[in-house]
Amino acid sequence: MKIAVTSGKGGTGKTTIATSLARTLADSHEVWFVDCDVEAPNGHLFLNPTPVRHTQAVIKIPQIDSSRCTLCGKCVEICQFHALAKVGDSIMVFPQLCHGCGSCTWNCTEQAIIEIPNPIGTLQIGLTADNINFASGELTISEPMATPIIRQLKKFYTPHSQDAVIILDSPPGASCSVVETLRGADYALLVTEPTPFGLHDLSQVHGIAEEMRIPAGVIINREASTYEPLEFFCKEHHLEVLLHVPFERRIAEGVAKGETLVDIDKQYAGAFRQVYEQIKNTAEAACDA
Amino acid sequence: MIVLISSAGSDLESSTEPRFGRSPWYVKYDTDSEHWEAFENPGKALSGGAGIAAAQFAVDQKASKVVSGDFGPNAVDVLRAAKIEMVKYPQEAKTINDVLKFIKESKS
Repeated sequence: MKIAVTSGKGGTGKTTIATSLARTLADSHEVWFVDCDVEAPNGHLFLNPTPVRHTQAVIKIPQIDSSRCTLCGKCVEICQFHALAKVGDSIMVFPQLCHGCGSCTWNCTEQAIIEIPNPIGTLQIGLTADNINFASGELTISEPMATPIIRQLKKFYTPHSQDAVIILDSPPGASCSVVETLRGADYALLVTEPTPFGLHDLSQVHGIAEEMRIPAGVIINREASTYEPLEFFCKEHHLEVLLHVPFERRIAEGVAKGETLVDIDKQYAGAFRQVYEQIKNTAEAACDA
Repeated sequence: MIVLISSAGSDLESSTEPRFGRSPWYVKYDTDSEHWEAFENPGKALSGGAGIAAAQFAVDQKASKVVSGDFGPNAVDVLRAAKIEMVKYPQEAKTINDVLKFIKESKS
């Protein structure tokens, strides 16, 4: 079961919810927490994993062998990302625009392209005291592209059991890196807050989940009072609201100390167990349909 | 000599366009024949690499000079490698006609 936790708007509580769900399920399931926010990972602040292994994340970028290149320009034409340019008697490569897709190499009839690994960040695996497997990636500062590292991160972890629960903590926003996190997920857990901003961005990520045909549900965090437009949106789009987390000082204080909701109040364990059951039912029903 | 000018529209009365890679149009002007032609920029809506695509367009059009408000770093790399001269039009130039006047004046 792969659950992607996403929100659109930043700071709604994705990581609070994702880490709380992971802590709740750790004693009954093999749990993997995958921090896909490779530009600003923070799951480790709540789960404190001990490092087990790490590796470099690389993308393969083209290098032109000028002795073989006939300057036909096919690679330049084929590159969707304009990482190559044909100028005079050479092909220029722009590594920062290259997505490492390999199309240029594939389409070169002269075997004039060699692929060389370009490191863009690191991938880590760790284990927490309560046996949560922890996987995270970190994009090197100044590297512009998060998607390749998220893609590699999702291949890097290795669940053992059939009923392992994989919790993918998504980056904020509604762009490529969120889409990459959601790809292959069985359920999109949308964390929002009762504000116009929260709702606006919820509608964006909900749109993405819908287009990717991923069943989705909502957790409303920091709820001081009911926000009618949000309730209306969820009803209108048949989105199940799985949990309401109140706006409380003790929660804010706990989170500031690096505690999950389950650490702050034991009762949340029961609530998150119910959330998981509901997610499982919906995801399985969608799978059967 | 062929000059490529970034332009907000498709004729000489169009406003100047300060961005090179994201320019909606390019006006290609031949200083010898005084013939001109407008091209829509196919790369204006690219998520990335617009500067490189635009510079490649200038190379493919055999331009010797490009005129715009400014040039991004990737475009500069390509244009420099292609030995295409980059010129920023003066702030007073409001239309492509103004830019053409500026080019003719600076030539003499």
